[in-house]
Amino acid sequence: MRLSEADSHALSGASPVPDYLHDGTTVMSWLNTRDHKRVGVMFLVSVIVFFFVGGLFALLIRFKLLQPGPFFMDALSYNRMFTLHGVVMIFLFLIPAIPSAFGNFVLPLMLGARDVAFPRLNLFSYYLYLTGAAVALWGMIHGGADTGWTFYTPYSSTTPTQVAPILLGAFILGFSSILTGLNFIVTVHTLRAPGLGWMKMPLFVWSAYATSVIQILATPVLAITLLIVTVERIGGFGLFDPARGGDPVLFQHMFWFYSHPAVYIMILPAMGVISECVCAFSRKNPFGYKAIAFSSLGIAFVGFFTWGHHLFVAGQSVFVGGAFGLLSMFVGIFTAIKVFNWVGTMYRGAISFKTPFAYICGFLYFIVFGGMTGVALATTSLDIHWHDTYFVVAHFHFIMVGASVMAFLAALHYWFPKMFGKVYHEGWGLVAASLIILGFNATFIPQFLLGNFGMPRRYYQYPEHFQALNVASTAGATLLGFGFLLIVIYLGIALKWGSRSTESNPWGSKGFEWLTASPPPTHNFDEIPTITQMPHDYRTHEPSGVIRVA
Amino acid sequence: MNELLRRLLFLPEQASTFARDVDNLHYFVILTTFVMSTAVGLTAIFFFIRYRRRSETQTTPHIEPKAWMEALFVGVPLIIFTAWFFLGYREFVRQYTPPIDSMDVYVMGKKWMWKFAYPDGPNSINVLRVPAGQNVRLLMTSRDVIHSFYVPEFRVKMDVLPGRYTQLWFNATTPGRYQIFCAEYCGAGHSIMRGEVIVLKPQEYEDWYSSQKRGLADRQDGQPTALDFAPPLGNLVDQGKRVAADQGCLKCHTTDGTRHIGPTWLDLYGRREKLSDGSVVVVDEAYMTESMMEPAAKIVEGFQPVMPSFQGKMTAPETAAVVEFIKSLQSDAVRTGPSEGPAYAPIRGR
Repeated sequence: MRLSEADSHALSGASPVPDYLHDGTTVMSWLNTRDHKRVGVMFLVSVIVFFFVGGLFALLIRFKLLQPGPFFMDALSYNRMFTLHGVVMIFLFLIPAIPSAFGNFVLPLMLGARDVAFPRLNLFSYYLYLTGAAVALWGMIHGGADTGWTFYTPYSSTTPTQVAPILLGAFILGFSSILTGLNFIVTVHTLRAPGLGWMKMPLFVWSAYATSVIQILATPVLAITLLIVTVERIGGFGLFDPARGGDPVLFQHMFWFYSHPAVYIMILPAMGVISECVCAFSRKNPFGYKAIAFSSLGIAFVGFFTWGHHLFVAGQSVFVGGAFGLLSMFVGIFTAIKVFNWVGTMYRGAISFKTPFAYICGFLYFIVFGGMTGVALATTSLDIHWHDTYFVVAHFHFIMVGASVMAFLAALHYWFPKMFGKVYHEGWGLVAASLIILGFNATFIPQFLLGNFGMPRRYYQYPEHFQALNVASTAGATLLGFGFLLIVIYLGIALKWGSRSTESNPWGSKGFEWLTASPPPTHNFDEIPTITQMPHDYRTHEPSGVIRVA
Repeated sequence: MNELLRRLLFLPEQASTFARDVDNLHYFVILTTFVMSTAVGLTAIFFFIRYRRRSETQTTPHIEPKAWMEALFVGVPLIIFTAWFFLGYREFVRQYTPPIDSMDVYVMGKKWMWKFAYPDGPNSINVLRVPAGQNVRLLMTSRDVIHSFYVPEFRVKMDVLPGRYTQLWFNATTPGRYQIFCAEYCGAGHSIMRGEVIVLKPQEYEDWYSSQKRGLADRQDGQPTALDFAPPLGNLVDQGKRVAADQGCLKCHTTDGTRHIGPTWLDLYGRREKLSDGSVVVVDEAYMTESMMEPAAKIVEGFQPVMPSFQGKMTAPETAAVVEFIKSLQSDAVRTGPSEGPAYAPIRGR
């Protein structure tokens, strides 16, 4: 039975005002919105589109690698392909995926705020994202860069391909990221609901806060670096190119000073999502709330002092190598604290195995394995053999796809009813989750072995003894592709024809974002709630969907 | 045990004194990783089975970790990771401290080849010969962009940077042939920038080395004037052929008419090339020189603008020699028109 608008509001206990999706339905009402929820949804749609673009590049790369010799595309196209895959996935998907899409949507709700601190700036940050994406796409169509997403000099300052537009695109995207970070920090400081002290904030907010700190401190360094490369390419100044008196390794230091913390921009919000979901689906308070919250800040802090582990074989001194190796271990320790606390949260909980929980299980396995191989890579002498081989590729895909994308999918399913008020088909959700987790392993476990075997990354042609593992990896990638496609199909169906969720809180979650109706009204709360409890306090049971106003 | 684990993990042969030690640490690290991830996974599964949700209104107690648990959460990874670090760093220092008695070989990387030069004179392209059981130090630099010297069987790798020297050492234990890979992305030919280390028994190496030195001495003795560099040999065409090989031109341009990264040089001189902007250019000396010095100025249709500039990398006589070499590459067939199409007749008599 389809419920009428008024019925559903009556059921969800909210006042009969239109929710944010129905408060103005013209295109302009979306493009000109200042509603953090709409900005979040626009970000969500954009990042999903770019995820599929980047995924398509990945599948083309994997298809080429079925054969050791020249096949399907030439070397230059292949080189452009992996560059674009990296640029699209990192700058257009992973960095904005969780903070800009889900962060924008749920962060003010979790704080009991009516919007972020600077709604106009928020919309501007979305348009900056679109502009950066457009500039980068323009560069891709007009030749595309063949430098790899790392843009190492002096190759990037001398290659005749279109590096400048891609750099400029990344530069603009960086500002989008900075503005979102700034907005979140101010929001967390100023717009918390009455009673919501720092030590009561949901763990997702803590991780988004830590992410924002990295975004505003590290991204300007990337902007400077990319600008210098552009200046070198266009103006001919010798800053990184030794042929013109520059220092090529200086680029690597500057680049990784941003790009290593950027890894934590991609993973910290994912950890926040897992902290929320693990509590909601175990119906249990977070085990070690402070440990999880402060380890987010710890990762954000230590992340700034580990960049040198990308340069163990780049000619930096042996002492510096050791120092960076040791510092890198701390990130592993902070992550381990979180993992133990997530597992601890399940202890004596009431666990319900829904789709998001399947992704949590995937996430836990990928982050432990991916994280520990990361520490193994930071073990200086082992890195010598593994550096720039497929082992590194497999490791960071375990973290970025394995962990971050699992968390993205967990968030997508967990907050889907919150965002759209619809329910998806649970059975298909579990099928897709198992396809993705299986396909992911089949793709990247062979790549770990390829790295051990000695296959360097970014190889268009490779010796024949690497072929079997490459074929296995491509087969896995195909499976992975089907899994993602399946999600789009059943979520699309749920969105268009799905039944309206009869309750505004179908999970019975005690996260603060569920205190309001689903989907929330434009102004979020009829009355700003006063927070009297910790988030995810399941000691008592209240009927779901009741707005607790103290 | 070592052999079993090595094969399970797809690690290559152990052909240097480092390999065994690096692999032992590798086994330890992978083993602890497996134990830890399995432990976490099994705990999660156990909790899931034990604490399934039994009703939709179930409540749960509020539990916080005790201090000893927090200490355990920090302590366990701290101990494991510090152990990894100290074992690894000891090996790392050893790998980056060449022994005093090492034999030196100079290595130059460039797009897309390796050049090895021994202090006494002999040098070779893409093939490095070393004696087994001898400490060898490589002093490496690059002519253009960053490359990385990687021999998986030796478990050694070091970036090769333009404008500075880096070093790497190893002691090969087993005679044999081992592939050298370039591990730092360097452009269209990155994946074919491969060479070979040939590890010889000490006596065989001595024989090879002295024959090389003898050959060098013979060539120098045959020259009318004593110069401190090997003087050019033969006519301009032969010189051009050698320059083309040294500069790596032949990595992309074939001389037998087959299509590769760049247009073939066979019958290039006098050909009418169709350019990517649609115009047609007749290949003459000026065009060939321009293409070497400013490759992006005119791009032949169907090819990618990937050629680096040789401005400042080749002297004027060398450029002239390469031009003469290209002019000499004429098959018998008379043809005009663009360079697309079927392969040319195979070159004869050269």
